[in-house]
Amino acid sequence: MLEGGTQRQAGLDMRALRFALVLCLLLAVAVGVYVFAAGPPAIDPITPPAAASFDPAVVKRGAILAAIGDCDTCHTAPGGRAFAGAVAIPTPFGTIFSTNITPDAATGIGAWSEAAFQRAMRKGVRRDGAYLYPAFPYDHFTQVSDDDNRALYAFLMTRAPVHATVPANTLSFPFNHRTVMAGWNLLFLSPGPSNVYATMDAGTARGLYLVEGLGHCGACHTPRNFLGAEKFGDALAGAEVEGWTAYALDASSPAAVPWTAAALYRYLRDGFEEHHGVARGPMAEVVANLRAAPEEDVRAIATYIAGQSTKAGAQKQASQQVAVQARRGEAVAAASADSQANRASVGSSDGGEGAVIYAAACAGCHEGPRAMPYGGIDLALSSAITGPNADNLVTIVIDGLPAVAGIRSPIMPAFGNVIDDGQVAGLAKYLRGRFTDKGSWSDIEKSVRDARGSGRAVTVSSTRMDQR
Amino acid sequence: MSNDLTISRRAVLAGTGALIFSFSASPLPAQDAAAPPSASPPAPPLPGSLKQFPYLDSWIRIDAGGSITVCTGKAELGQGIKTALSQIAAEQLDADFDKVEIITADTALTPNEGYTAGSHSLQDSGTAILHAAAQVRQILIAEAAKRAAMPPERMQTQRAAVIAPDGRRFGYGDLVSAALLHVQAAPQSPLKAPSDYNIMGQAQQRIDIPAKVTGGAAYVQDLRPDGMVHGRVVRPPSYGATLTDVDAAAIEKMPGVVKVVRDGSFLGVIAEREFQAVEAMRALAAAAHWQETAKLPDGAALPALLLGLPSQDTAVFDQHGPAPGNGKTLSATYTRPYVSHGSIGPSCAVARFDGDALTVWTHTQGVYPDRDAIAEMLRMPKEKVRLTHAEGSGCYGHNGADDAAADAAVLARALPGRPVRVQWTREQEHAWEPYGPAMVVKVSASLDATGRKIADWDYGVWSNTHSMRPGGAGALLAAQSLAQPFTPPPPKPIPMPEGGGDRNSIPLYKFPSARVVSRFLPTMPVRVSALRALGGYMNVFCIESFMDELALAAGADPVEFRLQHLDDPRARDAVSTAAKNFGWPGKAAPGHGNGFAFARYKNLAAYCAIACEVEVDRESGRARMVRAVAAVDSGQVVNPDGIKNQIEGAILQSTSWTLFENVTFDHRRITSVDWASYPILRFSDVPDAVDVHVIDRPGTPFLGSGEAGQGPAAAAVANAIANATGKRFRDLPISRQRIKTAIGV
Amino acid sequence: MKLDINNRQHDVDVDPRTPLLYVLRDDLKLNAAKFGCGLGQCGACTVLVDGKPVFSCVTPLALLAGKKITTVEGLGTTDNPAPIQRAFIEEQAAQCGYCIAGMIMRAQALLLGNPHADDAEIRAWLEPNLCRCGTHMRILRAVRRAQELIKTAQTGAAG
Repeated sequence: MLEGGTQRQAGLDMRALRFALVLCLLLAVAVGVYVFAAGPPAIDPITPPAAASFDPAVVKRGAILAAIGDCDTCHTAPGGRAFAGAVAIPTPFGTIFSTNITPDAATGIGAWSEAAFQRAMRKGVRRDGAYLYPAFPYDHFTQVSDDDNRALYAFLMTRAPVHATVPANTLSFPFNHRTVMAGWNLLFLSPGPSNVYATMDAGTARGLYLVEGLGHCGACHTPRNFLGAEKFGDALAGAEVEGWTAYALDASSPAAVPWTAAALYRYLRDGFEEHHGVARGPMAEVVANLRAAPEEDVRAIATYIAGQSTKAGAQKQASQQVAVQARRGEAVAAASADSQANRASVGSSDGGEGAVIYAAACAGCHEGPRAMPYGGIDLALSSAITGPNADNLVTIVIDGLPAVAGIRSPIMPAFGNVIDDGQVAGLAKYLRGRFTDKGSWSDIEKSVRDARGSGRAVTVSSTRMDQR
Repeated sequence: MSNDLTISRRAVLAGTGALIFSFSASPLPAQDAAAPPSASPPAPPLPGSLKQFPYLDSWIRIDAGGSITVCTGKAELGQGIKTALSQIAAEQLDADFDKVEIITADTALTPNEGYTAGSHSLQDSGTAILHAAAQVRQILIAEAAKRAAMPPERMQTQRAAVIAPDGRRFGYGDLVSAALLHVQAAPQSPLKAPSDYNIMGQAQQRIDIPAKVTGGAAYVQDLRPDGMVHGRVVRPPSYGATLTDVDAAAIEKMPGVVKVVRDGSFLGVIAEREFQAVEAMRALAAAAHWQETAKLPDGAALPALLLGLPSQDTAVFDQHGPAPGNGKTLSATYTRPYVSHGSIGPSCAVARFDGDALTVWTHTQGVYPDRDAIAEMLRMPKEKVRLTHAEGSGCYGHNGADDAAADAAVLARALPGRPVRVQWTREQEHAWEPYGPAMVVKVSASLDATGRKIADWDYGVWSNTHSMRPGGAGALLAAQSLAQPFTPPPPKPIPMPEGGGDRNSIPLYKFPSARVVSRFLPTMPVRVSALRALGGYMNVFCIESFMDELALAAGADPVEFRLQHLDDPRARDAVSTAAKNFGWPGKAAPGHGNGFAFARYKNLAAYCAIACEVEVDRESGRARMVRAVAAVDSGQVVNPDGIKNQIEGAILQSTSWTLFENVTFDHRRITSVDWASYPILRFSDVPDAVDVHVIDRPGTPFLGSGEAGQGPAAAAVANAIANATGKRFRDLPISRQRIKTAIGV
Repeated sequence: MKLDINNRQHDVDVDPRTPLLYVLRDDLKLNAAKFGCGLGQCGACTVLVDGKPVFSCVTPLALLAGKKITTVEGLGTTDNPAPIQRAFIEEQAAQCGYCIAGMIMRAQALLLGNPHADDAEIRAWLEPNLCRCGTHMRILRAVRRAQELIKTAQTGAAG
């Protein structure tokens, strides 16, 4: 325990040192930009154009693009007015509050011309010339085409204007100075749109464009460096975001049954996939939004990402499938009548308290006869168990999957009020051991501590069964 | 501690005095009921359920100790009927409210008042008790007058005693004797003047609530007779599936399992402890093999399917006025899906079989009809089967209650001498209850030459039956699956004026020409029966939505437009009261809309008008009721807070039906089997305010109000959404997906 | 195993996998917590564990050693109701009443943890619990009334 603490301390010191060094560099660059080139200019405010001045077909296209871009997840507060911002986005440097992107002239983007909007998407610069923070993923949006930006602009400028000022960011020095971002941009922003698309077949190009551009999948799924930029060369290698693990989508994907394009398509379309489970946490919002996207776009995303994850080759896939089927058979057997005693003995002999908790509180649904998404997933298939850490599992155990009001959605009761930290850890340890052949997780206790009282939303997308 | 309900009833019945009651809860003997023709003119019919049960002591019993017991064949369903009926009896008897005990539906103790349904309880039982109590008071006064040798006119009553002018006090208990109240009711009753009421018409705290908020024994679920065991049933995976094979040997060896019961395709298990029964049920379900045959329709194509089924058509209203004007003609088609009762507590029953007699404690709405059905199923004489009502979770019509009672009866028969408690699972309740039927309505109407009034109205409603209640053993799931099965009886329409699918299909509005055709569909693709308000919910939703469509076409304010076509002064009063208190028409904020609707339930019961404000989120399509104002005229008010509670509940429940609910199925199985797959209203969709104005009509007949709000609430919501979005929604539920699709980006 | 329920120690001889609800209802003959779904979806079975609301239908005894369990029966009686019970009676906040014990317990946890919760907080807090009769307006009023009753009692005691 002590040793661990010391190591962590040492690690922090090293990071702090590097942090300070790069900070100096950033500041130097920023000052340079400021002195020699001056910041980007302000773009003149406009009178908000009438909604009727936009072509309805363009607005409609913009709506779909906004859904693919998942704009509302960050720009609509729970229970708040659409696109009025004020969603708190925690970063290692402090809290950033999302902006009001309704066409209110005073507090939103009503006074923004299309050129100002295009520049914000492309370069991360506000209408008044100030730099935006990359919590707004302009490092991805820079890839969005002029035409798509025009449609997005038309969509946003035809929303109901909301007069609402968002809270001030609480960033630490020097990040509270937006000028610093000039340096960040020099280091980490490669302005788009890329010309690589022209070299690809149409399907791949579309997939790459949506995944790397508007869809900004890497914003969650790509690990970030200590300055909050996505690590070059580690695209979609999995990351931690707001307490959730966004699983690796590349060859290191922990999925028990490797993702295929077809499975990913079903997952993105329906909000669940029978061999992978239900979209939850921030991903639930993504799939809820993707319902508005055309089938071919969702297929393009699925195909592109599946292409990343199956680079590992078929060998791993085959061996995993066999292992999973074996475990699955075991789970089914455990549910049958004559294994009652057998299951109890599992509890008493090798699993300890975790086994008892699983048998008593989890197996009823997770080994029940009901299919996904309303029945619990066979935990042998769940990335929450096969994943790199216990974060998601622990969060789900503690917070459950609350009902989405008025919409069909899987519900899992929250156990956080009755299960203590030791019991959560015991359960996680047991599940990892029983359902995977991977080694035990290293710091389950930290996962538990982090999950407690995080207050993070565990929304679940509505599923496709819900269309009527 | 165990069996509290039974003990308390027994204690009530035992009383303190020595007086033995003759059991009077039998209907009039046949020769009395069918009076022989005679020269004298027939007496006017007795009021309410006194018609069928004219003996006063069927309704009011007083023992030598002065304890007053009211008997009703109606059941407490959470609607507050025990309280309201006690208020009526206490008022007319001049007794303290809290000194009146009440016994509800029990085949051994109370009159057979059929089902507690159709908002009939006050009309039937309340009216009977009102008159019976008044006549009992008169008899007690006469008896006291005789003893005091005073004229009856000079005697007064107060606090369960008759007071002579000289101050002598005759307690009711002292006055009664064996046969005093065993007399038939007279056609006329000496009712108190409504202006003298001090119990009726006053908000009375419900007598059942204290136990419900303190963990008292309040429900059938709380019965624990000595020796009770726990039963669970395993239902098939789909309608009509037959059990081909089950190896129960391992299950019989599971801890606590007393017995696995199989009879044909009926499969159940009995265990000593409840969780043992649950685990055995799960194991039994996993071990059972079924042959499935059900073919369920395509839910998305349901309206077309219903319209294509063979129908039995009845013109329930046909009036030809002068030739219709040449104004605008509008036509519309409205649809409703199958809707679940969705009781919060799945059905439950306790049964005990003692050699040749069976007792069942059940939350059925009809102890007598269910008794008959269970007796038929078990091939027992009716007299040997007793059903006692004990409260369950709110049922809102024919849910799984009767079926759970039958399940308990079958299991209890297999284990004589031990009470068997059957608790359905959530999934069983959702999958097996008989739903409110899917329906289609087609309506067209023309405005007259002025373009301001409706000249011609043409309305057709397609529906299955709205009652498959027992009605014979064949109505019970258990009976259908026995080795010697019973077949469900052929479905029948409920005739007008009450109506089933056509309930409330005749507008209360006056049009020069109007036709209403009820198209009864005998073929039932999905198990259906009575859901609160029956067809009244759908028909009022349609009529009142269409009235708004016509008002828009006429360029008229929706409330004004209704008043122009409404001549019943009480209807007009309800409409005006709701409009005024809402501040109609008001000005809705951006994204908000106001809606109005009105109906008189069944055109016979309570009048109810509702105005509401709804907000619609343009991005998601989510609609939420912001506030509602209702006005209700239920005739003579008994418990105003009870009426308010019913209408508030109707508004919220109907909002849930209207915005969220539909039963789903694939080609074979029901797929909405819990609250995840069948979402209902949660607190985040609850309005900011609901305000109910009760219009009292002293001295007029009771008009049931338990179902009066459902239809108007649905239409008011739909009209408010139309007002907010400019789009008309004619398919239920008005889900956020449908709204979003209609309003576009 | 030993269970601390309503401040009394109970020794029950039950499989630790058994959900608390069945032990409350069958072994201890406590009526208040109700079976509504057995899935943790409706809240009719809500009780408090160490002051926090818990679905007793999906909570196995194995999780409860050393924890304090409170049911409606532990709040007050018909003759001496707790503020939250009194408030439900005074507001007549029930129709069938089947969900009410669960509502009371969830509300009680709010009164303990956030006694001055505003209307929006009360609604959000009650979200997991379902009512089918449509008694929601009265339930909300009852929770607000309970806040007032507690405040009045505290003021009275202080004065």
